[in-house]
Amino acid sequence: MMKWAPALFGLLALGLWEAAVRIAEVPVYQLPGPIAIIGAFVADPLGLLQALASTLFVTFAALLVASVLGAGMAAGMSASRLAQAAIQPWAVALQVTPLPAIAPLIIIWVGEPLVALIVCATIVAFFPLFANTATGLASAPPELNDLFRLYGANRWRTMALLRVPAALPYFLSGLRISGGLALVGAVVAELVAGSGGFASGLAYRILESSFRLEMPRMFAALVLLALAGILINFGLGALGQAILKRRGAA
Amino acid sequence: MLTVNNVGRRFPGGVEALRDASLRLTESDFVALLGPSGCGKSTLLRLIAGLDQPDSGRLAWDDGPPEPGGIGYVFQDATLLPWATAEDNVFLPLRLRGLSRDAAMPRVHAALHGVGLAGFEKSRPRQLSGGMRMRVSIARALVTKPRLLLMDEPFAALDEFTRHKLQADLLEVWHQAGCTVVFVTHSIYEAAFLARRIVLMTPRPGRIDREIASSLTSGPETRLAPAYAALVAEITRGMGEALR
Repeated sequence: MMKWAPALFGLLALGLWEAAVRIAEVPVYQLPGPIAIIGAFVADPLGLLQALASTLFVTFAALLVASVLGAGMAAGMSASRLAQAAIQPWAVALQVTPLPAIAPLIIIWVGEPLVALIVCATIVAFFPLFANTATGLASAPPELNDLFRLYGANRWRTMALLRVPAALPYFLSGLRISGGLALVGAVVAELVAGSGGFASGLAYRILESSFRLEMPRMFAALVLLALAGILINFGLGALGQAILKRRGAA
Repeated sequence: MLTVNNVGRRFPGGVEALRDASLRLTESDFVALLGPSGCGKSTLLRLIAGLDQPDSGRLAWDDGPPEPGGIGYVFQDATLLPWATAEDNVFLPLRLRGLSRDAAMPRVHAALHGVGLAGFEKSRPRQLSGGMRMRVSIARALVTKPRLLLMDEPFAALDEFTRHKLQADLLEVWHQAGCTVVFVTHSIYEAAFLARRIVLMTPRPGRIDREIASSLTSGPETRLAPAYAALVAEITRGMGEALR
């Protein structure tokens, strides 16, 4: 019963929602019911799924770039105090700058729309990966660092055999957080770029539908976005668990 | 083997952990550094290991400083790699010295067997009890066949029964390995049971107050023997005077 409780609760909520909009005769351009939303999806599944694929492509490309950059810069920072002093303030500055404020600039500077979207989403996804990996790289107990020194391990051996394995759970945790943030970043960037007249992601479909007062289609796009966010979160969580379980430290 | 000459160590912030400590370590010795918390025992151990440098005095090795692997170190916690098996944890020092896995495994298995962990090679730290984890840590320290084994309160976090068993096993391992052991403890009973020489230290700044020699041959009945009780009494008296 516990297993099915979330699904049953969801179905109940959808039923109440449908009943409420019908009984109160809420206009569809204000709040469509679930049946109208499903209808909008069924009317153009290909268009919405293509838009979802476009958004997901930007999301995962950004996540990949953020992973490489975040982990790489954290490793560089961990290896050198000078690098730490140089990198950390800029990483924090990047994190606290709101994306909508800098997205138009990035879109102008980068030129190529798809690359601009990936850059924007990468900026949002970068920090948790960077901060978590940096914390993980410094998480090995001092005694183990002493042990590596005692046995004459150089900096790179210590990094490869101690710091990187110690950082793996932190990196995977950051990846899960950044997965959701990359989607948020992709959507925000698409919203900004979409108003400029290009892009084909779900956020643009939402904008387009709102301009046309096609609320069921807008809600269908929103539902797809929410589902994508949930799947990314669970998928990356499961991936992390599987990797740690395989390593034997879950 | 090693002469520690009037070494002192003052930490940033001005805390003087150790002052004018002198000690001579000989081959196959078993020395206990005994004193209350904060008396510089661990600091002295880290100086001997080369993990820290003295501000004054010097350490003179008879045959030059040991190569990596010439000193084994056991910490208060087992400090194992949580993602690695017992086998891989013991392999680590040999791996860091460049030995291949195939070449190292007979020594790794012998070390694990030596501490009573045959059959647990593939177990990970979280699958082992506290005492077993400490055994892995001891095997890791011994796998390089060190001349000097440094142990920093290794049994302090274990229960009484496990501690007694590990103390007895450590003596057996010491007899077999033939290395010199420096064992930091704040337990008079532990020092009396294990060591041939008990070095008493005073609180901060840590100084070596005196040394008590033991001729006890520890075995299963030692803790009940009058000679053990007499040694404990002598150390207790000495410690009382050192703390005054």
